[in-house]
Amino acid sequence: MACHTEAGGDGLAAAQDTAASTPAPRRNRLVLGGISVGPLHDVSLEIEPGEIVCISGESGSGKTRLLRAIADLEPHRGEAAIGADRRAAVAAHCWRGWVMLVPAESSWWGDTVLEHFLDPVPGSLAAFGLDEEALDWEISRLSSGEKQRLAVLRALSHEPRALLLDEPTANLDPDLARAVEAWLRDYARRECMPVLWVAHDRGQIERVADRHFAIRGERLEEHPCRRD
Amino acid sequence: MSEGLIDLTWWKLAIGAALVVALAVVTHLGRLGLSRDLLIAATRMVIQLAIIGFVLETLFAVAALHWVALMAIVMLLLAGREVMSRQKRRMTGGWAFAIGTGSMFISAFAVTIFALAVVIGPAPWYTPQYAIPLLGMLLGNTMTGVALGMDRLTDSTWRQRQVIEGRLMLGQTWSQAIGDLRRDAMRSGMIPIINGMAAAGVVSLPGMMTGQILAGSPPALAVKYQVLVFLLIAVGTGFGTAAAVMAASRRLFDERQRLRLDRIGAQGTQG
Repeated sequence: MACHTEAGGDGLAAAQDTAASTPAPRRNRLVLGGISVGPLHDVSLEIEPGEIVCISGESGSGKTRLLRAIADLEPHRGEAAIGADRRAAVAAHCWRGWVMLVPAESSWWGDTVLEHFLDPVPGSLAAFGLDEEALDWEISRLSSGEKQRLAVLRALSHEPRALLLDEPTANLDPDLARAVEAWLRDYARRECMPVLWVAHDRGQIERVADRHFAIRGERLEEHPCRRD
Repeated sequence: MSEGLIDLTWWKLAIGAALVVALAVVTHLGRLGLSRDLLIAATRMVIQLAIIGFVLETLFAVAALHWVALMAIVMLLLAGREVMSRQKRRMTGGWAFAIGTGSMFISAFAVTIFALAVVIGPAPWYTPQYAIPLLGMLLGNTMTGVALGMDRLTDSTWRQRQVIEGRLMLGQTWSQAIGDLRRDAMRSGMIPIINGMAAAGVVSLPGMMTGQILAGSPPALAVKYQVLVFLLIAVGTGFGTAAAVMAASRRLFDERQRLRLDRIGAQGTQG
């Protein structure tokens, strides 16, 4: 994809070298500045590399629209940046390839799973309770839970720099949900990837979140988290 | 050429009209519920053709470039309106009309002028006996292609919003995300002319060739004209549909490559 020539590779590295030799993990800090969309007004947030920030709220409170706005899928006010790259300065498809949204309901257009994937993260299929042959499966035979897990893995196979997850375990049974949570938790840490995670299950938020915000009217309200 | 031509007197047309009236009576008695539409359509057809006959007689008599051009532009605008009215979900803000008319202008007009100036070569090139019927055939077919292509594109985009956005989320460009739908739209615009060419002479005798033969032209010449017209129509429809589908698909995304369904008016039932 054209991203590599436009903003990836050398150009980016050079830009960051001049930016006073930032340590590598800082490159992937996700910064949201004054985002207003739907009921939400002026949301600003900084997510450190490897940090998982959970957002909860009633249905209709604008969680999904916030994620869509960050991924630049609908018109809104405000700005965002990942590392040294300001969203307004990069092509939209590059931005979405870096700051990747995994929607609650995934869409599939090819006949088999494989057509939608680049190379999956090694070991991730097994960790998500899927066979290694899952990539050869036909889309029409997938259950909703399989689709949901594969959608997360599909997104990771495109090697994003940040992840926006919209209730990624909603269709999974509790054991599987825990396995997926734990793996994502480790993965985000290991890859220094900031994650914005929309969740409504309190237990899940306790387990994965470094910070937790609840939507109150037009603002985000920080709630204490058990773990730092 | 017109030596063998049998004149049609008015009372002979009246016989044809009487047959239609008879059909209307039968469908009315049989409660098939078509008689009203049938009579209205037949009456409209007679009036419209009578007017165009009068206009053409006048135009042929004058044969001045600006009158021919005026006629051509009126035909183009009417075709643009027709394209718009055939959209189930048309693009808002006059874009349906603008894209339809614009793409017919660059395809049907260009091909007609090219054919007149380079291929057929009447003197002067805008001789209305050639220019107007040729443009009419090209516009009519291009219009069908453009209308089908745009309708298919907007309708399938509306239905497949999730897939398009799903592809955008994975970092695809707008062009990749809508590529499949664009191909489908192009295909549905081109199918009628492709089928028409495939069936020509085997299943159906093309109208223009039939008319020329009825008018006393030797079949070989009529066939040559028909071949030319088919080729021109294919080219005009192809370029016109491609231009319309490209322009319309671009318009469905904004400068940040977001899918903008608010640019399609919701008409009729939700998909």
